[in-house]
Amino acid sequence: MSQTLVELRQVSKFYRDGIGIKQVVRDCTLDIERGKLTVVIGPSGCGKSTLTRLIAGFERPTSGTLMSEGRPITGPHKDRLVLFQESALFPWMTTEQNVLYGPAARGEATPQAMQLAGSLIDRVGLTAFRRKYPTQLSGGMQRRAELARALVNNPKLMILDEPFRGLDAMTKSLMQEYFSGLFQEMQATVLFVTTDIDEAIFLADRLIIMTNAPTRVRKVINVDIPHPRKLADIVENDSANDVKIRALSILHEEAMRSFGGSAKASADFVQAYAARIGRTDSMTPGNPAP
Amino acid sequence: MAVTATLAAKGHGRGSDLVGAGLSIGSVLILWEVMAAADLTAGVPAPTAVLAAWWNLLFDGGYWQSWYLSAFRVAAGFFAALVLGVLLGLAMVVSRTLYGITFPIFEVLRPIPPLAWVPAAIIFWPTTELSIAFITFLGAFYTIVINTLDGGRAIDQRYVQAALSMGASRMNVFRRIVLPGTLPSVTTGAAVGMGITWEVVVAAEMISGGGSSMGGSGGGTGGGLGFLIWNSYTGGSYEQIIVGMLSIGIAGYLSSGLLRRFGQWATPWIGRR
Ligand SMILES: Nc1ncnc2c1ncn2[C@@H]1O[C@H](COP(=O)(O)OP(=O)(O)OP(=O)(O)O)[C@@H](O)[C@H]1O
Ligand SMILES: [Mg+2]
Repeated sequence: MSQTLVELRQVSKFYRDGIGIKQVVRDCTLDIERGKLTVVIGPSGCGKSTLTRLIAGFERPTSGTLMSEGRPITGPHKDRLVLFQESALFPWMTTEQNVLYGPAARGEATPQAMQLAGSLIDRVGLTAFRRKYPTQLSGGMQRRAELARALVNNPKLMILDEPFRGLDAMTKSLMQEYFSGLFQEMQATVLFVTTDIDEAIFLADRLIIMTNAPTRVRKVINVDIPHPRKLADIVENDSANDVKIRALSILHEEAMRSFGGSAKASADFVQAYAARIGRTDSMTPGNPAP
Repeated sequence: MAVTATLAAKGHGRGSDLVGAGLSIGSVLILWEVMAAADLTAGVPAPTAVLAAWWNLLFDGGYWQSWYLSAFRVAAGFFAALVLGVLLGLAMVVSRTLYGITFPIFEVLRPIPPLAWVPAAIIFWPTTELSIAFITFLGAFYTIVINTLDGGRAIDQRYVQAALSMGASRMNVFRRIVLPGTLPSVTTGAAVGMGITWEVVVAAEMISGGGSSMGGSGGGTGGGLGFLIWNSYTGGSYEQIIVGMLSIGIAGYLSSGLLRRFGQWATPWIGRR
């Protein structure tokens, strides 16, 4: 079995924008490896959500190829499930009905499927909220219900687009630790999109840093820390901090480019950050440590 | 403790609301009565006179016949509008072609008030009864179509995409996503449409409902609460005019209350925090 689950080759996506054309993704080439948690990070508005819609098959690329398990992606498929930026639980269904939706829609609502749904609801801690509607759940609960709804379909790839955006800091870090544990348990392949560097490093096996719009891959960094991870460990972890400084320097350059700023400002920023965490010795922004 | 306290406060609030409503209505009635006694109401009868007339009408078969006729027309027009309006609205949601063809026609016809259709309807339909039913139907139809259409188009595309990415068929998306997603605005449209239906039926009955000039006079044609008001007016019975008006108020209140209940039952996910 190939290591690569999904591959993008020279993918571009342009939108018509009034009389002109807006280039959102350009010549983007990337691989999503099996069993890995791949995190995509990039400046806000660079085209990350567009990229997820292309991989999910909701939209077709303007040019380039997208393959899943060696076959072209031609439309949505249950093997590639998306969790959207905001909750997309169906408001007219209870937690239970939402979680069972996928199997029921495919005519697979077997007793086993129901049992799996039940145990996933238990697993995400929503047993007492089985019969509640989404509006009766808190933001964190909604995210967990959505995780259960995705997992019940046993997808080959789970695509999560900024799933924890908008949660308060405490719930967010709980959800991150929780997700790390869940990921380790379910042995799935995950594509996780975020703009939050700490979240990215905390979760990533492979960290893919995107450029500004029109976006493409700027840099891929591996993070070799086993899951399940704990936030407290990561804060102390030297390699995590190295990754953070390298990632920050690149992200800052990208941000500066969009503001028309200079690389000098970027260098100053990273120096200042490195100084704050006491690592001035090893860091040179343009030429990051290994 | 805190909970019972707030509950008690709420209960008290509702009680005093009722008392307030009673006081305000009561004082208006008393003022009206006094002014009528002093002959200051320009011929508008006093509340006691209205009540007396009402009491007499309660034993009058014709009064109940008026209720029945109006209610029947409203129900017929309303349900026809509900069924056809929801079907057309949904079809316009699903099919871009149909939307493209229907919407312009629809937008030209929609601004025409239902009552402007009265003469055309009387000419076109063979009986007065059918004309009234048709006009009543029009009153609710546009609102229901527009609400269904807007509701269906406003469904968050992420729901559809999420469903598709879980392997749902188009048919399943329609049944489990588009239908329930549209339901809240259908119930809103129905409630508004019901109100319009009462307005329209009364006016249509006044205009065409005598049953004297067109079509058969017997066989249940004509009549209705609108005609009751009109007939009382021509007959000079001012008490009965007010009885007729209040009856329509009660009828509208009852039917929209029933509809609201039904709407809440059909959309249990709304507003149940
Ligand atoms: N259907 C569309 N038509 C035209 N422009 C679009 C369309 N979809 C996205 N865009 C544009 O593409 C750019 C990138 O959007 P996208 O949502 O992919 O970015 P993002 O990286 O996910 O942003 P965020 O961090 O805010 O979620 C935006 O400027 C947006 O206006
Ligand atoms: Mg986005």
